[in-house]
Amino acid sequence: MKIHIPNSAFIGNIESFLAHFDPNDVEILNVTSNQNWISIHPLVISMAMALSEEVKSINGEITCQSFNAKSRPYFLRMGLLDSLIQDHGHIIDEHESSGRFIPARRISTSEQLNQFITDMVPLLHTTPEQAYPIKYVMSELVRNVLEHARSEIGAVVSAQYFQKTNRISIGVADRGIGIMRAINQSYQTVNHKDAIALALRPGITGTTRKIGGTEYNAGAGLFFTKSIAKVSRDFFIIYSGDSFFKLHKTSEVNKVRLYADPNKDRAKFVDGVPFWKGTAVGIDISMDVNQDFQDLLEMIGNAYHLDVKMANRRKYKKPKFV
Amino acid sequence: MKSIELFYKTGDFAEDKDVARTIRITEIDSEIKNNNKVQLNFAGVTSATQSFIHALISQVIRDNGVKSLDNIQFKNCNSRVKAIVEIVVEYVQDGIFTEPNDDADVK
Repeated sequence: MKIHIPNSAFIGNIESFLAHFDPNDVEILNVTSNQNWISIHPLVISMAMALSEEVKSINGEITCQSFNAKSRPYFLRMGLLDSLIQDHGHIIDEHESSGRFIPARRISTSEQLNQFITDMVPLLHTTPEQAYPIKYVMSELVRNVLEHARSEIGAVVSAQYFQKTNRISIGVADRGIGIMRAINQSYQTVNHKDAIALALRPGITGTTRKIGGTEYNAGAGLFFTKSIAKVSRDFFIIYSGDSFFKLHKTSEVNKVRLYADPNKDRAKFVDGVPFWKGTAVGIDISMDVNQDFQDLLEMIGNAYHLDVKMANRRKYKKPKFV
Repeated sequence: MKSIELFYKTGDFAEDKDVARTIRITEIDSEIKNNNKVQLNFAGVTSATQSFIHALISQVIRDNGVKSLDNIQFKNCNSRVKAIVEIVVEYVQDGIFTEPNDDADVK
């Protein structure tokens, strides 16, 4: 496998990172990077570390171009250097600004997730009101991995606060079975793009076809997560297999509308990209948007209920007039 | 009436579905089956996930019917928790009032 970490890779321009991702030969990971200043989304950090952890778990080989002085402190702080290079000998300079970020870490158990959520919020220095959607998203995304992904390395999570744009960015990546295999336990999707579209709909879970889910799964976590990004008027991406769905930013002049069907969203939905074994999710949550979390939940509830009502309507047969 | 203080089991952010399921199985199910009332006290819980509330109550409503909601009280819910509880209660009823699909659950 090969990855190249470019000068800039956020959800808006994630294609620059994916264009240089070669998923072949899983026993070898070759990492190169732009030699100038690097600014990337935690999603990229989580994906890179997920690949690194997977290769190490099978005693594979990691070759890593030495990071230059400008980018090295960032990779060191985000935990990526420790994952890629054993005994690299670099230490964090105590005089450098600590910033507001959550270094990448693996989560494989419910207890680790509980601890992570407890540790996370103080590090990001948010207000309690700002923290609710962040905790919510982390919990739902990581629990999805723990319950459905069968990822040997668990979930790799990281987050960062970007002062300039006043937003929190979160990245969660796993190397499990991916959305299509998970959803096809109950459905028969024929490609990764269709599987992602189905997984984003409220009430859809791989564990049952029943509306409302099972006793343990409602199939609403990804819909809630996408909706939180939408209400925040910011980006969201979900990438699995050879496809990704990328929700675009919602303009300030447009009213936010939540759609149960992701195909109605203003988004880029493509297939044919380099194959990601497992699932990777990135989300941006703007801290500028003064949308109350409760209002957000009410919007989500309305969109959910309307979708089920529409689905029910489709079940009723119409008389055939000849 | 049985009162269940959730904060002592979940902390201020109720998100652990395993905890929710354990509460349901060990403390809610039998009470509702016996037509007793249960009070879920959310004092100190500042937020919850839909997954947590789902694991806590959805199966109780399915197993015992919509009327079982008359025997479950949600106490000290702030506006966020209230919104989540309302979403879950509503979609569980959507499922109950909808003809089920012919496919069985996946084991």
